[in-house]
Amino acid sequence: MDLHFGDSKPTDDERAAVDALLGPPESSWEGADRSDADLRWARGGRAARDRRDLLLPGLHAINDRIGWISAGALDYLCRRLTVPPAEAYGVATFYAMFSVRPRPSTVLHVCTDLACTAAGAADLCAGIEARLGPGIHLERSPCLGLCERAPAALTVRAGDPVRTAVSAPATVRDTVLAATAPDSAPEEPPPATAVPQAGNPGLTLLARVGVVDPESLDDYRAHGGYRALRRAFDLGPAAVIREVTDSGLVGRGGAAFPTGRKWQATASQPDHPHYLVCNADESEPGTFKDRVIMEGDPYSLVEAMTIAGYATGAHHGYLYLRGEYPRALARMEHALTQARARGLLGPDVLGQGYAFDIEIRRGAGAYICGEETALFNSIEGYRGEPRSKPPFPVEKGLFGKPTVENNVETLVNVLPILTGGAQAYAAVGTEASTGPKLYCVSGSVERPGVYEFPFGVTLGDVLREAGVRDGLRAVLLGGAAGGFVRADELDIPLTFEGTRAAGATVGSGVVMAFDSTVPLPRLLLRIAEFFRDESCGQCVPCRVGTVRQEEALRRLGEGRGAAAAADDIALLREVGRAMRDASICGLGQTAWNAVESAIDRLGAYE
Amino acid sequence: MTTTALGIPRRLLEFTIDGEPVRAPEGSTILDACRAAGTDVPTLCEGDTLRPRNACRVCVVEVEGSRTLVPACSRKAEGGMEVRTGTERVRHSRKIVLELLASSVDLSTTPRVREWIKEYGAEPGRFGADAGRVNEAPRVDNDLYVRDYGKCILCYKCVDACGDQWQNSFAISVAGRGFDARIAVEHDAPLTESACVYCGNCIEVCPTGALSFKSEFDMRAAGTWDEDRQTETTTVCAYCGVGCNLTLHVQDNEIVKVTSPHDNPVTHGNLCIKGRFGYQHVQNRN
Ligand SMILES: Cc1cc2nc3c(=O)[nH]c(=O)nc-3n(C[C@H](O)[C@H](O)[C@H](O)COP(=O)(O)O)c2cc1C
Ligand code: SF4
Ligand code: SF4
Ligand code: SF4
Ligand code: FES
Ligand code: FES
Repeated sequence: MDLHFGDSKPTDDERAAVDALLGPPESSWEGADRSDADLRWARGGRAARDRRDLLLPGLHAINDRIGWISAGALDYLCRRLTVPPAEAYGVATFYAMFSVRPRPSTVLHVCTDLACTAAGAADLCAGIEARLGPGIHLERSPCLGLCERAPAALTVRAGDPVRTAVSAPATVRDTVLAATAPDSAPEEPPPATAVPQAGNPGLTLLARVGVVDPESLDDYRAHGGYRALRRAFDLGPAAVIREVTDSGLVGRGGAAFPTGRKWQATASQPDHPHYLVCNADESEPGTFKDRVIMEGDPYSLVEAMTIAGYATGAHHGYLYLRGEYPRALARMEHALTQARARGLLGPDVLGQGYAFDIEIRRGAGAYICGEETALFNSIEGYRGEPRSKPPFPVEKGLFGKPTVENNVETLVNVLPILTGGAQAYAAVGTEASTGPKLYCVSGSVERPGVYEFPFGVTLGDVLREAGVRDGLRAVLLGGAAGGFVRADELDIPLTFEGTRAAGATVGSGVVMAFDSTVPLPRLLLRIAEFFRDESCGQCVPCRVGTVRQEEALRRLGEGRGAAAAADDIALLREVGRAMRDASICGLGQTAWNAVESAIDRLGAYE
Repeated sequence: MTTTALGIPRRLLEFTIDGEPVRAPEGSTILDACRAAGTDVPTLCEGDTLRPRNACRVCVVEVEGSRTLVPACSRKAEGGMEVRTGTERVRHSRKIVLELLASSVDLSTTPRVREWIKEYGAEPGRFGADAGRVNEAPRVDNDLYVRDYGKCILCYKCVDACGDQWQNSFAISVAGRGFDARIAVEHDAPLTESACVYCGNCIEVCPTGALSFKSEFDMRAAGTWDEDRQTETTTVCAYCGVGCNLTLHVQDNEIVKVTSPHDNPVTHGNLCIKGRFGYQHVQNRN
């Protein structure tokens, strides 16, 4: 491959940011000899090309230090990694957190998604805009995963190091202050405030949140930590998979696939290496459970990933962590360092002769990267576009190798399965939906937060526990990719089979309550905007269909009379059906779900 | 890409298309089998010299047991499969895909699309006059070819032809996301500042005319482009010893564009700048 570079040169800061990640350049064509300005063509070796997966971390390094990615910085990074600049430009422009145009070093992301809209995000944005000084760039953001404290905002100030500040619940005054001086912004409340049941002795998955010090490995071990991994080593990989299979555990990331089967399929692949990927991209609007686990009980995820790696024959795990989760990132980085220092990760885990380590990869603002194969492309340094299946990840996943990918919540369920046994685990919940389940409750409730219940409680049970307010109109179940149910449907059992029978879905565990003060058309329009913004653009039904859906909803919102409304609803149905049938991935296939449910169940626009 | 494995007999798979039993060699796509059976399946992003990207979704068919429709161009045929190509469900998705494309980009130079729009009863106009479009002015930034992305359906063919599948120049990529995604060189610069070597292999595979010879672009603008008055002559390129085939498209004694046969077993339709654009020097010297 012959690479061609332009004349743009990196600034000293940009070069330093890249070198801090990759080390100093070794050869002149990598950019070591700055006087060699005529060196516009370079032939890259295999070794350099093998580092393509450092492209996304490299883009982060530049964006973190400078606040945007200039032509000179991008070219320098490409030179270092032997990546064609056109491809790197395609990758950089894929992610919402990056900019290839100059912008101020401080970016304030204000959430305008569902829970925050219901909590007054429009006024918040207007107020902030009126008072924000120059030098701060405001971005309207999709759900920031802080819905229990809506409305929410996140300040990111580029520099060395990059600074962040979360404002939630956000007021105009606090948010402007935090954006102006992120270092002196008040501390976020502890993760336990997102868990109204914290300390309740009946909890399994959330038992340690608010009880242990999330920074302390000793505390984790004093509260039962690493018992499951010891049991795994006693059992051996095959028996661990058997336990997980017998437990009936199915994935909590939305697709509800049996975890034991996935592990078995990967473990039995002759091709090596095997990889483990933990999907912590959590970007489904209304979802924040994985964040709370990572912030409040980070070692549980480290332990669970180690078990999953051991069972499936992987020695390298990736934790793909949402880019907008600064505290979860800090906690997980700290936990990994501690675990490594204590021999719980590394060449010889617990002295058992098993080598395993975990690398964190940050997302950069793309919901689609939560789709399992888009996530692989993202890690590998390509645009986060879903791949076509087959082949499936268990056969050809990350770097084309057999890969197990699981959601955070799925993985931490493995701990009680191993410590208590598959039978005890399977005794919780129903026959087809076993174990405990986390729900992200937000909106019109007194005590929003993450709740844990055994599968089988009803929607009403969850809402009552959270203190649902009077005047409930509708509940969004399962996220933007899920659907709405009516206030008189609260007896729906929250199980995979129960929600399916009711024409709804558990999805990612979102339970978002709306009263009649929030205009439904506005919510639907926001959902449509979300899918239009987040479509990767690869396939026509989704790329253009989400645009046509949004246009029709906008017209409907303007109220042009009954006949026009009927036409637009018919149009929505036709486009929605093709998106569901003919899109490549789950994003396009579900982009019409919530709107359809609002029309059919709630009688929106009647 | 259809490759015929010489000498290695391939197992024949038996399955049905629209209820009729068919047989196809193992490794065939559903599209291969449909074509062999004489069943017309519309395609846009599929290319005979490229690996399928299955992006346009106009070729979808029903496969018994599959939750969603499947792209015929990339899904491999399997024994026992029941494929249906003409059901209401299939026709609906194809119609909508055509409507979505025709309402957002200019398909006036995309072969066969008018015929399909009629066949599937697509009405691109029904999204209204305000329907969002890919409004891009043609980019005329070099003497050899024009990029008119207002006609681009984002089929990825040019990117794949320029990248690891043929040219290895990696001059272009998809940039941006969703409806804002566009084919671009780095920093969205003019082609002259990119790694482009003007092989024109992207033009060769572009199914929409979004990429076209400057000569064709200018003649279309002047209203003088007339394919009925053109002749095609295939000859061997004289610039070097490789011996690539050139098909010269001639109108009024002028070479107006150069293509290359895709079934050439060595070059598969790919050329270099000399074969593709060298005629301009010849003509200009005359
Ligand atoms: C558009 C889209 C976004 C997704 N986002 C996530 C996500 O943020 N987190 C997640 O765990 N799974 C997400 N998924 C589901 C994953 O593709 C995959 O099924 C899941 O990570 C598998 O893990 P599990 O078996 O443990 O559920 C998403 C799927 C789609 C189609
Ligand atoms: S459905 Fe949407 S997100 Fe998924 S591949 Fe197609 S365009 Fe991309
Ligand atoms: S002319 Fe050749 S090098 Fe230039 S963009 Fe097209 S395929 Fe790539
Ligand atoms: S320019 Fe042509 S080949 Fe390239 S993506 Fe667009 S339509 Fe396809
Ligand atoms: S944080 Fe705003 S909707 Fe979730
Ligand atoms: S031709 Fe099959 S998806 Fe485009």
